[in-house]
Amino acid sequence: MSILPTRRRPVRAVAVLVVAGLTLAGCGSRVGDSGASGSPATSCVDTSGSTVKVGFLNSLSGTMAISEKTVHDSLALAAEQINAGGGVLGKKLQVVSEDGASEPTIFAEKATKLISSDCVAAVFGGWTSSSRKAMLPVFEGADSLLFYPVQYEGLEASPNIFYTGATTNQQIVPALDYLKQKGVKSLFLVGSDYVFPRTANKEIKAYANANGIEVKGEEYAPLGYTDFATIVNKVKSAGAAAVFNTLNGDSNVAFFKEYRNAGLAPTTMPVVSVSIAEEEINGIGLDNVMGQLTAWNYYQTIDSPKNTAFVQAFKAKYGQNRVTSDPMEAAYTSLFLWKAIVEKAKSFKADDIRKAAGGVSYDAPEGTVTVNGENHHIAKTALIGKVGPDSLIHTEWSSGAPIEPDPFLKNYNWAKGLTG
Amino acid sequence: MQALFSQLVAGLSLGSILLLAALGLALTFGQMGVINMAHGEFMMAGAYTAFVAQGLISDAGTSLLLAIPLGFLVGGVMGVVLEATLIRRMYHRPLDTLLVTWGVSLILQQAARDIFGAPNVDVRAPSWLSGSVNIGVTHVPAARLFILVLAVTAVVGLSLLLKMTALGRRIRGVVQNRDLAETVGISTRSTDRLTFFIGSGLAGIAGVALTLLGSTGPTLGTSYIVDAFLVVVAGGIGQIKGAVIAAFGLGLLQATFEYSTTASVAKVMVFVVVIVFLQIRPQGIFSVRTRSLA
Repeated sequence: MSILPTRRRPVRAVAVLVVAGLTLAGCGSRVGDSGASGSPATSCVDTSGSTVKVGFLNSLSGTMAISEKTVHDSLALAAEQINAGGGVLGKKLQVVSEDGASEPTIFAEKATKLISSDCVAAVFGGWTSSSRKAMLPVFEGADSLLFYPVQYEGLEASPNIFYTGATTNQQIVPALDYLKQKGVKSLFLVGSDYVFPRTANKEIKAYANANGIEVKGEEYAPLGYTDFATIVNKVKSAGAAAVFNTLNGDSNVAFFKEYRNAGLAPTTMPVVSVSIAEEEINGIGLDNVMGQLTAWNYYQTIDSPKNTAFVQAFKAKYGQNRVTSDPMEAAYTSLFLWKAIVEKAKSFKADDIRKAAGGVSYDAPEGTVTVNGENHHIAKTALIGKVGPDSLIHTEWSSGAPIEPDPFLKNYNWAKGLTG
Repeated sequence: MQALFSQLVAGLSLGSILLLAALGLALTFGQMGVINMAHGEFMMAGAYTAFVAQGLISDAGTSLLLAIPLGFLVGGVMGVVLEATLIRRMYHRPLDTLLVTWGVSLILQQAARDIFGAPNVDVRAPSWLSGSVNIGVTHVPAARLFILVLAVTAVVGLSLLLKMTALGRRIRGVVQNRDLAETVGISTRSTDRLTFFIGSGLAGIAGVALTLLGSTGPTLGTSYIVDAFLVVVAGGIGQIKGAVIAAFGLGLLQATFEYSTTASVAKVMVFVVVIVFLQIRPQGIFSVRTRSLA
């Protein structure tokens, strides 16, 4: 073996990496350009034929695929049902699906493609806040519409986005109200180290401060962190009455296993989670989360004819072992809400839809939801649930009536200074 | 006082996990010089072995104990296949090995997603491993105690193998001077293959153990691979005892820093400590003297 080729190879490998890096950077700037230039081009949506195009934009690959694939499935079910019922304004839906690949820049790029080359009437999808924030300028620039189906940290409202998941005052605030009502006097906050948990915890601390609840500790773990021995030790020695959990993804598994092994139990120190739904319970292990609390606006176990029909249709299409969860229901609802608004506006145009949206309501699996014309969020009922022995979540407490969305927490005195 | 002991236990436990993850790497990277980025995916394969074993034998205790040798076998066989097909062609080309094995790790992750589905799967812990054991001053989660014992057993077993057996002597001979070992009639090819089998098999065992603590999913390995390399580099390449000291040292450091600061800051501080340490002692805690010319 001669020595030369061996020596040269590392250089070549580095060169390959550099080229790859440049290519990626190139893609990035292209996305930025199309978003920024954003001349409100006249919409190319074609409504002359017997069909109308809609775009589904979910991550079908990458780390977020686990969650977003389920949203894609329920969107597909909604489209199928709408078409079976005659479509929207007599036009069948023609779905164009794109993969956001768990990358905010790709979400922006694909959104541009859906709007300007596929000419869809509206786009449904997105999950992470970073993907939504990346798509926002694209939709605003082209004056097109995005329906976003996931609970998020609030503090946002765009004329081009409809938020069909919960905002803070429909999920986190009711969860705190519930704990206060149960006589909880102290809390420990555990979350992943990124935007959503840090924003949420800021709000929780403001609430606690105003309501005489003591926050005994606040811990963040890097995303994907797997050793919770120390954090659970801190939780244990702080001795709070309950834990508020904003951990995301795999960390939940390690956290709950450690929590149980350390001898902590839902009966003595319950954990309230805001990102564990029916889908996640099997991965965490039922034994580890049974009896723990969650805060959402929908559970598969909701007993209503509408929900029974939804769950049955979903299982019939995708398999009996599948479950339905809050984001899936919010996505399903978003398509029907869009249909209702379009039918009220008698138009597919973004501007007409915006004008007609306020007050439109839909009898969703979670109950009746109504669009708020001002902030484009929807009024939803908050539900605190408990993980049962059947791996499903059962409603423990309900806000009773739909809560008006208040993404900037304007109507809460304790939240002054958070949004300032 | 109680908190101090709890943290001591947490540190030792984290150390034992790091050790289990790094032990196989100490063999393949430390002894053979192969940068195997797919090492973490052998751990993932071990974890899925535990999952499959539980599907076949419903008793959680029996299936876990059975999964340990099975995980070793699965990890080992995957390692041998990787060695025989790809790595064999790239000895002494570390950068190429790094890129190729990284590609292999991505392929294996996607394969796991296709076979077992993208969501995490649940491996139930046997009843005698859930809950905690009272050791007087504090409570230790039984699962962590089990992993500590498993790690110590693996280290003792590996040391005995390297020191006492003919195979061990061959491995050490090849590490110290490959050419001379070849000259005296040792088949370096089969020694390489066996070393890789054992190293990858240990990753499989680590994967089985990790199902007791964390999630079992396609990306399980990626959470540990960097820490495992850190342990081997800090411990000194080519030395098992270096890896042992480095693993427990880093585990205790992480637990101490994390208790007084936060998880993210602790992670940074551990990295800083290792970097500073390597500036002072680039060869790691221990270094092996070799007579090879390379």
